[in-house]
Amino acid sequence: MNAILRHLVVLPIVVPLVVGALLFFLAESRRVARITLACVSMLTQLGVAISLLYLTSDAAPYIWPQGVGVYAIGGWPAPFGIVLVVDRLTAIMLTLGAIVSTSTLVYSIARWDRPGQPFHSLLQFLTMGLNGAFLTGDLFNLFVFFEVLLAASYGLTLRGAGEPRVRLGLHFITINLVASLMFLVGVALIYGMAGTLNMADLAGRAASLSPDDRALLDAGAAILGVAFLVKAASWPLNFWLPGVYSVAAAPVAASFAMATKVGFYALLRIGTLMQEYERLGEALFYIGVATLVTSTIGMLSAKHVARLVAYTVLMSMGILLASLGLRNEALTAPALFYLIVSALTSCTFFMLTGMTDRTRVTDPPVAAADRPEENEPTYAAYGVKRPSVYELPEAAGIAIPAAMAFLGMMFTACALLVIGLPPMPGFPAKLALLEGMIGGRTSTPSWVLAVAIVSSGFAAIIALSRIGMRLFWSVAARETPRLRLLEAAPIALLVLLCLALTVLAEPVMRYLGSTARSLHHPETTIETVLSREWQRERPGAPAP
Amino acid sequence: MEAVYAIAVGVLAASGVWLLLRPRTFQVLLGLTLLSYATNLFIFAMGRLGQHTAPILDPGDPGSITWHADPVPQALVLTAIVIGFATTALLLVVLLALRGLTGTDHVDGREVDP
Repeated sequence: MNAILRHLVVLPIVVPLVVGALLFFLAESRRVARITLACVSMLTQLGVAISLLYLTSDAAPYIWPQGVGVYAIGGWPAPFGIVLVVDRLTAIMLTLGAIVSTSTLVYSIARWDRPGQPFHSLLQFLTMGLNGAFLTGDLFNLFVFFEVLLAASYGLTLRGAGEPRVRLGLHFITINLVASLMFLVGVALIYGMAGTLNMADLAGRAASLSPDDRALLDAGAAILGVAFLVKAASWPLNFWLPGVYSVAAAPVAASFAMATKVGFYALLRIGTLMQEYERLGEALFYIGVATLVTSTIGMLSAKHVARLVAYTVLMSMGILLASLGLRNEALTAPALFYLIVSALTSCTFFMLTGMTDRTRVTDPPVAAADRPEENEPTYAAYGVKRPSVYELPEAAGIAIPAAMAFLGMMFTACALLVIGLPPMPGFPAKLALLEGMIGGRTSTPSWVLAVAIVSSGFAAIIALSRIGMRLFWSVAARETPRLRLLEAAPIALLVLLCLALTVLAEPVMRYLGSTARSLHHPETTIETVLSREWQRERPGAPAP
Repeated sequence: MEAVYAIAVGVLAASGVWLLLRPRTFQVLLGLTLLSYATNLFIFAMGRLGQHTAPILDPGDPGSITWHADPVPQALVLTAIVIGFATTALLLVVLLALRGLTGTDHVDGREVDP
């Protein structure tokens, strides 16, 4: 039994890979088979992620006593072979990713997976890249999984075509290609100096380098960090994000909820594992605060819901990066809690955006501000409605009564989540963060960040209530969309899940606390990865 | 040899960055290509430069970094080339699509007013 459980680690990568490839070969006409296969894959990943969450906890000490599981993909021992490492942080991120992608998938079935392109395959590859990036214990492998994730996200961004998507997609691809090249330079420098790519091995080797080599290694780590910061959408590397996220189709933007978090994950993981936590430095704090400030200004200036939601994603990244930059270990657990909440929030909010967009009758949808103005008079002159690439036929199916009431309630819930008001879990998350900042060891940066967080919350109240009033209370003609149960259910379930997070905040925080402890004391992880103990119990391995 | 190699990488990278900052999509594409050449050469050099050092072990040969090349950067370069090739091809398609949709090859999809 234990031998089988050990193989769970590789499933989050293998399952979406196989299913994604299979979906390419299933004809578009066999829609039921395709959807079933995609759903089975997502639910398997969710199941596996939750089991890993349990198996790495203290409640199940029988297979990974230290809470760290290692899986050698090719059977070669670390540091020579490539290993997958699962610990509590990985398990949390896997579960979060599986929840986000499962709900996105269900949401997309209602309307969005119809037009031709291989949406389901791309979504599977996106989750494969995410899962791989969370699981891998090897720097170059991290690059490969980042590329898998990015390649899938390029395809997803362009989904539905239309000029704004292609234009912003071009920016998105270019920026991420440059970031990938920086990633490679960083990895190469680190390998050239330390002679290893295994993250756990790197930690030990970095300490024994001569000062000259160490300086070069730090330069490599810094270049690598810049690549992660592009992914994490930190200022000033984030100007692509609001545009791309607001023109992407609603389920696509929702599925990107984890894509920015993976940059933060990589910074946290490598920063703590290489014991560079102290060196991560003030720079990260200032970058985070700058991200927070720009996103606050952006929120106040946003005219469209999707753009506003994109800025709230930036706001959460700013809070996360700045709290990492404070180098206060007490902040790690609250930051992780906030990460969970903000990932769920942005997923829910983007899905909701897809619905509220359908209420507008006259206004051109998404990113009107970005469009060139020259075409405007022509359409008006001929009395023609502007041709919209976002228009999809209203799908037939079980419609939900009181659609507007549902949308309004969900909008309020999402707004409360972003702002951080009770009863949504944004409140305990921000409260824990603020308590960590100004509760014990205080310093000027802590106060600055605390003030910035609270004021960004106020700005979010203004921006969200303004847009909410325009959406639901304005006298302008709006048509009530027909909502299908399939697209409404994931939103409602995610909001309920968030409510559950508030109720269960204490056990969740306890789990996150132990996660943070193991992150800041990576010796156990390093020992477990490099020891040969776990290999002896491999089925088929010769007995010692 | 190191100096020549370093200058080559530097020139490639500098030209790549310059082209990347140009307003035309094709220049950006070429810039990315040059930058990726520079990166690939850089990764390769991280295995140390040397002559007559194939990364092949003969039977009974214990292997040493002094007379064998490090195979890992070579493997990394191969992977990086393949990934870079695929993403550049995708970028080329997007570039052509944008040209078709907007009628201009400016990266912002419209000409800057003179």
